[in-house]
Amino acid sequence: MTAHSDFPAHSAFPEPIEEAPEPYEHYLNHKYGLASWLLTRDHKRIAILYLISVSFFFLLGGAMAVIIRLELTTPEGDLVQADIYNRLFTMHGIMMIFFFLIPSIPSVLGNFLIPIMIGAKDLAFPKINLLSWYIYAIGGLFTFYALLTGGVDTGWTFYAPLSTGYTNTPVVLVALGIFITGFSSILTGLNFIVTIHRMRAPGMTWFRLPLFVWSHYATSVIMILGTPVIAITILLLGAERIFGVGIFDPKLGGDPVLFQHFFWFYSHPAVYIMILPAMGVVSELIAAFTRKPVFGYHFVAFASIAIAVLGFFVWAHHMFVAGISVYAAAIFSALSMLVAIPSAVKVFNWTTTLYKGSISWDTPMLYALGFIGLFTIGGLTGVMLATLGIDIHVHDTYFVVAHFHYIMVGGAIMGYMGGLHYWWPKITGKLYPKFWSKVGALTIFLGFNVTFFPQFILGYLGMPRRYHAYPNEFQVLNVMSSAGATVLGLGYLIPAVYFIWSMRYGKDASANPWGAIGLEWETTSPPPVENFDKPPVVTWGAYEYHESRVQPSLPPPKQEVMRVT
Amino acid sequence: MPPAQGFLPNAPLFPPRASEMAREIDLLFFTTLGVTVFFSTLIAVLIFYFMVRYRRTSPTQVGVYQKGGSTGLLESTWIIGPLVIALGFFAWGARIFFAAARPPADAKQYYVIGKRWMWKIEHPSGRREINELHVPRGQAVKLKLTSEDVVHSFFLPVMRMKTDAIPGRYTTLWFNADTLGTFHLFCAEYCGTEHSRMVGRIIVMEPTEYERWIGGENMGGPSGVASGEDLFVAKACHTCHRTDSTARAPQLSGLIGKTVHLEGGQTVTADETYIRESIVNPATKVVAGYQPIMPTYRGQLSEEEIIQLIRYVGSLKQPTGVEPAPAGKAADRPAESPPSPNEGAR
Amino acid sequence: MSPEAHSTAIGPRGVAAAHGSTEQGHTGAHPPRLAHHFDSYAQQRESASLGVWVFLVTEIMFFGGLFTAYILYRSKYPEAFIAGSHQLDVMLGTINTAVLICSSLTMAMAVRSAQLGRSKAIAGFLVATIVLGSVFLGIKATEYHHKWVEHLIPGHDFHLEIDHLPTHHGKPVASELPSGVVGESRADVPLPSAGPQDIQAHTQLFFFLYFGMTGLHAVHMIIGVGLLVWLIRPSLRGMFDGNNHNYVEGIGLYWHFVDIVWIFLFPLLYLVGRHG
Repeated sequence: MTAHSDFPAHSAFPEPIEEAPEPYEHYLNHKYGLASWLLTRDHKRIAILYLISVSFFFLLGGAMAVIIRLELTTPEGDLVQADIYNRLFTMHGIMMIFFFLIPSIPSVLGNFLIPIMIGAKDLAFPKINLLSWYIYAIGGLFTFYALLTGGVDTGWTFYAPLSTGYTNTPVVLVALGIFITGFSSILTGLNFIVTIHRMRAPGMTWFRLPLFVWSHYATSVIMILGTPVIAITILLLGAERIFGVGIFDPKLGGDPVLFQHFFWFYSHPAVYIMILPAMGVVSELIAAFTRKPVFGYHFVAFASIAIAVLGFFVWAHHMFVAGISVYAAAIFSALSMLVAIPSAVKVFNWTTTLYKGSISWDTPMLYALGFIGLFTIGGLTGVMLATLGIDIHVHDTYFVVAHFHYIMVGGAIMGYMGGLHYWWPKITGKLYPKFWSKVGALTIFLGFNVTFFPQFILGYLGMPRRYHAYPNEFQVLNVMSSAGATVLGLGYLIPAVYFIWSMRYGKDASANPWGAIGLEWETTSPPPVENFDKPPVVTWGAYEYHESRVQPSLPPPKQEVMRVT
Repeated sequence: MPPAQGFLPNAPLFPPRASEMAREIDLLFFTTLGVTVFFSTLIAVLIFYFMVRYRRTSPTQVGVYQKGGSTGLLESTWIIGPLVIALGFFAWGARIFFAAARPPADAKQYYVIGKRWMWKIEHPSGRREINELHVPRGQAVKLKLTSEDVVHSFFLPVMRMKTDAIPGRYTTLWFNADTLGTFHLFCAEYCGTEHSRMVGRIIVMEPTEYERWIGGENMGGPSGVASGEDLFVAKACHTCHRTDSTARAPQLSGLIGKTVHLEGGQTVTADETYIRESIVNPATKVVAGYQPIMPTYRGQLSEEEIIQLIRYVGSLKQPTGVEPAPAGKAADRPAESPPSPNEGAR
Repeated sequence: MSPEAHSTAIGPRGVAAAHGSTEQGHTGAHPPRLAHHFDSYAQQRESASLGVWVFLVTEIMFFGGLFTAYILYRSKYPEAFIAGSHQLDVMLGTINTAVLICSSLTMAMAVRSAQLGRSKAIAGFLVATIVLGSVFLGIKATEYHHKWVEHLIPGHDFHLEIDHLPTHHGKPVASELPSGVVGESRADVPLPSAGPQDIQAHTQLFFFLYFGMTGLHAVHMIIGVGLLVWLIRPSLRGMFDGNNHNYVEGIGLYWHFVDIVWIFLFPLLYLVGRHG
């Protein structure tokens, strides 16, 4: 057995070694055949299953985005009919949010890494983990089928009474697909919470956990509390459509604004489900590629929890002009300011970590740094939107579209890409070409900004959302945005190509190609079936990048006493 | 749509604005934008600087170890600082929002009905237009919005104003235009297939020109108030809502803005939404001391007709010397049903 | 890889892992019914318990949405809710409540038996719980059938007939007047009442919530009964003992939760306006 460090002895700082290890058994070659994948309980294989499915939906959603941006190069609605356009942006939103963004990092990276990072053999409930994937796949199939029969045209927000009484599209089918997939989310969150509470290796106290784990814990709390509410909302929506009961339709005694309350009560916390895991990834990347502990570890950890909690109290900031009382609007606006603060804390802490670090310019770090910059812009424009006086003007315009794409694409997807690039060697045991990975990162970064920055301006100029045709004076900025989208699309193709290429032709990776510190780097690439040859015992904190690791003659840093919790 | 006065065909970065409040909102926006740009630039500059300054020089180099090294002072600074700034913006934004929600007393009342996919607008004089809103300069204009079908949103970029038009209730939007010209009107809440064509224009004219325009070719019916009175009689409202002692229903004069006491102890301030609800859903809010005998008019009146009734009711002044029918009176009389709404006018 | 070489941590999970693992996966002694990835029975038990509690929290949020809708519309249309509630059979509802409470008792006994490892007792109590649960479902089915016959299923053919006007604070709650008829009134009601159309629509909303909430509850009951049936065979085979009874305990918790939901549903749906 080569290429993994010994412990519990304080290991010498591992150097990245790029020689091919001798063949050994690991989770990928342990068993072959379709059944061994479709009936696996191994969290690592389930993560791969998710990787394939979320990539499929990302491709679908991305294809729709291409057509949308193509249509928007001209002011007239001349590429597709209005009806088709409306279905395109609706399905784009649904696929991207429910079937890509929400599962991506937790179900791919979280599933793979959380047990390893805490020193466990698997998640607490491996069979439920597999069930989660099947539920996701079935929900996805429903929605995919609905797409093939034309898709829905209500907007991903499904506002009533439009969605209950004014559209002939398969709303119930799509809603059912989302309903089913929601349970996948709930079960994943449940699994993570129990695992993190109960399956930590000896010595792995809460404050020695990697911040990736903290972020996923906070995400899981949101998943289990919020997702059931969208489930009920969907049921009510379906019931109104099928049985004609007047919950939301005012003609039958219902209240359309009630739908918005129900919907946003989940959908706002949902955006934190989408961003918190990416923040967790960024914490890991910053630590590894500056070789320093994340500055203000405790503050970053608690900030994750704060975001999860506060995120449940701000939903009506999506409804400032929807006829709610001015006092309610004021309360939600103030609370929305509060929820911005923990995110700011994280950004400042990450930036401070860079100071006097040993900064590598490897691709994962490029994505992490890109995240910090773009998330800052996206987040601050969020503060602008939370400001009541401004929101009256820019609500439901492209300003909002730009804001959330900065967070979701410039933030969450960059975090996902950074994570994939960082842990790819661990997951597949292969290295990808460095040069092309940097080209990919740069292309994505540039393409992204050219696509979405003009949209801030468009929004302030007054261009509303979800417009198929628009006044002439908005064309220049739209063309710019579409040009950027082309570059962005190409940018995503590049990693797709070299990742697949690397699985066949890539160099073999050592246990620790980045020279990073963390339990996942103390085992082979790819890891054995039960993650470690020996169950680890942890006697050090997270991110202990210390000189003594490079020169063992130096004394190690002072440790906190291992508590028996 | 032909370009009109006030459109800026080459899309500069700063959109036109036509009211004081729009200027205030712009000021708030550009201030917050400045703060956003400042912090974003700061972070970006720091990142680039650190990236270069502390670039890794050897494969085994580590950073300068700072275990848990965060000073409470630093963390407090960047918690309190941004919080103060954010709450400052909140306060400023809330002030504007509250002002936007409170039309001045002298604002002229217009009515807007959104419907897939057009805007139907009614002037105080009763004149109607579709997808166009002519307003006089320098006069506060208050719009009462509702929808006939789904949720729409009435958006005037030049005023920096929008409010959703929601079926089943009324919402308000007001502005005071101080610049002449023709500007965009958009629907800003996705409402179906032709959402992007539910657009129009707002045309700000000199007051004298506006008067001339209003008195001109009569595109609407008779003045809203007058037709409301006809409806009031045609639908037999007057048989119960009357000023003499045979009234079985509450007095409607001076109703708008009055505090109404309901059965069950609640009170409500009578506004347009309350009146509309009383017409289409009378059983839900019965006035204290009265029987729940009013039949519903749901399905029998269009949104325009409801608006005309509301305008008529709003115009009723408190008659002098006549007391509203006291609570107990209705119960003393022998049982008598109200006339069915299908009965003709007397 | 000798046993001494690996962790002897006396950590939160007490006894260290009883088996080591090699490249080939695990070999050697493996405590019965201890899953692979757990180090001890205690860890397995605590994980199962926490898992069930977290799941129940999600169920609370799930039902919570319906309860919220109920609260909102009850305060908006109180008369309709009184009228609707009076259509329900309080006697059957009360019997059901008693049945369910008893079933929680038998379920708790089953869990206790599992902790003590008494196979026959577990099975017996499980059967008792199943029987009681089935009685509940049977009565529920009967009630649903009544509603079907009385045209009180929302959407399809919904029509509220009121034979006797319930009164609330001495005033008539609702009455039926065919639209267009002038002057006709029922003998026992001094004044005809308002908006028949509205009362229909709002009472339909009540019945939607009734079927929605009790229906969702019934689905949970059916799943619960299914789970209990599934537990009988392992119980009789002696699978459960002091160390390992997580399934019984977990399903027991689930059963109690479903019971508690009913305790809230019963007064909210059956007992509206019946205090006078």
